[in-house]
Amino acid sequence: MHIDKYLDMEQLASLKAYIAEEMKESIRDIQLSNRELTVVVRLRDIEKFMMFLRDDRDCQFKMLVDLCGADYPERNERFEVVYHLLSLTQNARIRVKVAAADGQSVPSMIEVFPNANWYERETYDMFGITFEDHPDLRRILTDYDFDGFPLRKDFPVEGKVEMFYDETLKRCVYRPTDLKQPYRHFDWQSPWKAMDDPYSLAEEDNTFDRGEFAASEPLAAASGEDE
Amino acid sequence: MPEAKKTTQEVMVGENFTLNFGPQHPAAHGVLRLVLEMEGETITRADPHIGLLHRGTEKLLENRTYIQGLPYFDRLDYVSMMCQEHVWCLAIEKLLGVEVPRRAQYIRVMYSEITRLMNHLLWFGTHALDVGAMSAFLYAFKHRETLMDFYEEVSGARMHANYFRPGGVNRDLPEGLTEKISAFMKEFPGFIDEFETLLTENRIWKQRTVDIGTLTPEEAVEMGCTGPMLRGSGLSWDLRKAQPYEVYDELEFDVPVGTKGDSYSRYLVRIEEMRQSVSLVEQCIEKLPEGPVKAQNFKVSPPKRDDMKSSMEAMIHHFKYFTEGFHVPAGEVYAAVEAPKGEMGVYLVSKGGPKPYRVKIRVPGFAHLQGLDSMVRGHMVADVVTIIGTQDIVFGEIDR
Repeated sequence: MHIDKYLDMEQLASLKAYIAEEMKESIRDIQLSNRELTVVVRLRDIEKFMMFLRDDRDCQFKMLVDLCGADYPERNERFEVVYHLLSLTQNARIRVKVAAADGQSVPSMIEVFPNANWYERETYDMFGITFEDHPDLRRILTDYDFDGFPLRKDFPVEGKVEMFYDETLKRCVYRPTDLKQPYRHFDWQSPWKAMDDPYSLAEEDNTFDRGEFAASEPLAAASGEDE
Repeated sequence: MPEAKKTTQEVMVGENFTLNFGPQHPAAHGVLRLVLEMEGETITRADPHIGLLHRGTEKLLENRTYIQGLPYFDRLDYVSMMCQEHVWCLAIEKLLGVEVPRRAQYIRVMYSEITRLMNHLLWFGTHALDVGAMSAFLYAFKHRETLMDFYEEVSGARMHANYFRPGGVNRDLPEGLTEKISAFMKEFPGFIDEFETLLTENRIWKQRTVDIGTLTPEEAVEMGCTGPMLRGSGLSWDLRKAQPYEVYDELEFDVPVGTKGDSYSRYLVRIEEMRQSVSLVEQCIEKLPEGPVKAQNFKVSPPKRDDMKSSMEAMIHHFKYFTEGFHVPAGEVYAAVEAPKGEMGVYLVSKGGPKPYRVKIRVPGFAHLQGLDSMVRGHMVADVVTIIGTQDIVFGEIDR
């Protein structure tokens, strides 16, 4: 593999077992998937959990690499706040997630990681997730008097307002978006049903070298049927 | 007795006032609006107002197929284009589980390093210009243009290349390009020496950069600094060494580390990085294997034009690839590369289907600019310009 070849999966698995054991009552879910460690933590315990990850001798996740939100409107707890941490000494990464309902606020991480400041402002700006005890929760990326939270799934891609220069007022003004042709959302409900699993399909496909996709199980199964 | 008129100096000392810096200031590297609170000429607080270049890239990506999303990455950090295409491709490949052919890996690494040279040349030129050294700018941009020609030869575009693809690169190198690149790389260390004669021992340059914007290793980690900002403070952390991707583990290079964590240390680190990049490009050309340049699974990469003339299947693959795009299995990944400015990462959530569900782009500049406040406190206004320069700020990536 051209990525992740440095990864010591045993170390990651033992780290997973260690964290699961130490912080049993804070963790809702912990798993290793796609060669990455993901922990879902209870909202009330997030600060304690992050302190543990930062200060524990076997974890040492000293750097907050990224903090962002995600929106899943169909869930009860609609929002997810995702933290990516990096340990320079262990050479390991971990992803921590908390779920929050609309209107529920998430404890701010500024006390634990000072650079959470702007990331939390951005998450607030984009999703409207509020952070408790954040000293300066202003919008950061959108315009000064912007209305709405653009990365929520119910916010339209084309936006709600457009900006124009008004000749009579001699300044910029906002008007409701008026597209000459409506924005086309292709949902690709394809009758072909072709590509959900590119690999298994590739094996049936005679332009390919079968050997290349010799993940062997489907082929072995096929030969089994022949007998 | 009439009260003596105060000199400007006396008025300014002990009086707090606010200074608006930018967004149209040439030293603001684009569109930074910086609200500085000053006590006399000393800065007590800096509040960067960002977002003037916000284009909603993350929202747009949710509504594009994976291949359509690729050119948006060129336009993030618009001076190190291919490194960003790279991280997007890596994230997709990680979810797909697709392997990239060896030749494509070498081409990618080669172009990542050419990109690093381009980025550092721009940083070198503009940083020196901000601080007052005009000629360095001209020297650097002259050679940057040659590197852009190499971009143009493979992609047709000088800057926004759109050259990497999930599963490889768009097309093979044109004939004779490697000779041109290696001829240029032979000369390039001489150019770097030339740049260094302009600045490294220059008295004014040293007065303007030594002990300006000093970061201890602890502060750098706390701020989330990566790349030369972190290495300037003495931490030897480079994703190309620590978490090697592609073929970096087969190439030989050193990771330069600063000693004092000031702007001058970071200057030296970046200069040495250029020399390492030159050697990496040369090694790539030397080891460049023969073979295909994209994954030979035509569900995730387009078939050859020639095959389409005779094979119905190739025709269908081509049509599906460019209309519907390929489906990426559900899951979430975080992929990162060592971009010239630091760790550039993509957090990609897929629910299956041809479009991503959520993309978060982790950019190095965002964390660096956040630390500007603590770095400029106690410095003079003129030093703000130095610190913005040493952070290598580009607004395309910070505002996204």
